[in-house]
Amino acid sequence: MLLELQDITLLYGRIQALHGISLTVNQGEIVALIGANGAGKSTTMRAISGLRPVAQGKIIFDGEDITKMRADLRVVRGVSQSPEGRGIFPGMTVRENLEMGAYTRRNRAEIDEDLDRAFTLFPRLKEREKQVGGTMSGGEQQMLAVGRALMSRPKLLLLDEPSMGLAPMLIQQIFDIIVEINQQGTTVLLVEQNAQQALSRAHRAYVLETGSIVKSGTGAELLHDPSVKDAYLGVA
Amino acid sequence: MSESVAATSAKKSWRGNGGVRGWYGRQSLVVRVVLGIVFAVLAVLLPYVGDVPVIGPQIITVGIDWPSALFNMSYYVLLALGLNVVVGFAGLLDLGYVGFFAVGAYTVALFTSPDSVLHTEWKWVAAIPVALAVTMVSGLILGWPTLRLRGDYLAIVTLGFAEIIRIFATSSETLRGDRGFSDLPHPPGDYSDGKAIFGVADATPYYWLGLAVIIVVIFAVRNLDRSRVGRSWLAIREDEEAAEIMGVRTIKYKLWAFAIGAFIGGLGGVMFAGQQGFMNSQTFQLQFSILVLAGVVMGGSGNIFGAILGGALISYIPDRLRGIEDPIWHTDLFGFRFAIFGAVIIAIMIFRPQGLIPSRRRAMELKDREKEVAPQ
Repeated sequence: MLLELQDITLLYGRIQALHGISLTVNQGEIVALIGANGAGKSTTMRAISGLRPVAQGKIIFDGEDITKMRADLRVVRGVSQSPEGRGIFPGMTVRENLEMGAYTRRNRAEIDEDLDRAFTLFPRLKEREKQVGGTMSGGEQQMLAVGRALMSRPKLLLLDEPSMGLAPMLIQQIFDIIVEINQQGTTVLLVEQNAQQALSRAHRAYVLETGSIVKSGTGAELLHDPSVKDAYLGVA
Repeated sequence: MSESVAATSAKKSWRGNGGVRGWYGRQSLVVRVVLGIVFAVLAVLLPYVGDVPVIGPQIITVGIDWPSALFNMSYYVLLALGLNVVVGFAGLLDLGYVGFFAVGAYTVALFTSPDSVLHTEWKWVAAIPVALAVTMVSGLILGWPTLRLRGDYLAIVTLGFAEIIRIFATSSETLRGDRGFSDLPHPPGDYSDGKAIFGVADATPYYWLGLAVIIVVIFAVRNLDRSRVGRSWLAIREDEEAAEIMGVRTIKYKLWAFAIGAFIGGLGGVMFAGQQGFMNSQTFQLQFSILVLAGVVMGGSGNIFGAILGGALISYIPDRLRGIEDPIWHTDLFGFRFAIFGAVIIAIMIFRPQGLIPSRRRAMELKDREKEVAPQ
């Protein structure tokens, strides 16, 4: 087991955003978190990457309790996030953004290797190497966010809404790349509103509703679950 | 006709190639070093600019002697350089920067003035390390609890900090309020005939001292900006949350920015105390912080040379207005300094919204933020 959340609760001021979330991600898996707006998907991601402190519960990563660990140290341990809204550094070029992804690493040769890998995964980024992040289209920024998250050589890649704001063809493409990244050995936990895509690509998935997990199963199971179909797949 | 076409296309490619800065960037190290030396020499010769025929008399101030005006510019530039680290590099809005200037100056006063309760009466030089250490620590003390705040909240807390320092100085017996500290010692050194270099009559040596400090600070700040620290600041400024998930320990680098900014502000206070010989709590008004911030923004936040230009202007413009009679009411134009100043700032913000010498990255960030405010 690479990641385990044990009964996580999280507060925004007096509002409870997560009511005891428990989930696991195994080595080599793609796990999807689906749910409506405000269900707590992004909040769960923020708890894992350390952007928000949790009120109760435990986060175990790679056999180590990281519940109270600083966010920057979690990156060193192997957690990397592509945040909601992409979080591209607007004044940095594509290359500088990617270099920021390798901020915690020192080995220049390995970083160059990973730069090449990112450029192979996303040839578009190579074309735009010297363009500043703020001038790129939504799709390009999404690729950059994913590529940048890979630059820390993570064990676990957290992807928050990788398909948000993208054209249907690009959505296909970005999910293809996510599967490819996974096959190269990176475990992926992704949050999606596009439940169709997420469930058909993920090994397992959890359904979140108002801060609690209401269902879990393999991607295929949930894809054919009547209540999931009804609520998230837009077919009656 | 064809000539004008050629001229516009030449102009276009000049801009397209990055204008002056692009040209500068393409020059070899030798050319850049020579240019830097030329600028430094010109700055050293600035006290004698009045002797240049025709242009000289237009530049120098009338109502205040020119070397004093230059010294004023030098400590404003120092403050602008320090505030630029906090606001321009790390993107933290600090409205109470004068607080650090005050801490530096008061520490010097406490250790050197015969009025002080400490009765140490140290020399000016001896008080410098203590003063700088105290300002840096005050930066950390203010920063530690407040740097978890963002944007507007941080601005308000820093504003409060400067006011607390001023009010404390006004009402405290130790800091002597309006009575202030007198007989502060000047920097050391004598000419061969036994007269002190840093006297009361001529401010030129103080200006040169300030200039030397500024040059050292420029090098230090520039190297920091190009280091890992600078990269961390840049990331924090552009997107603090994204910086954190890249593994930047944001609180640490924000504290660094505050401490370094405080250090430079304290340096300004030390210089000020060494030249003035007297200071009291009225010296450290809130408008001082706002003025320096205006200088940084006006010059081009995030750009070292922008900060220098802005800092120089906020001191030069009011001083230049001194002793000039306005044609209608026949009073000193100095009285209208804030009105004129405001007009200048508005003009700059209309014609060059990123500042006189903008930072290219900051221009991009501002555009990005506009998008967030008004999404298309």
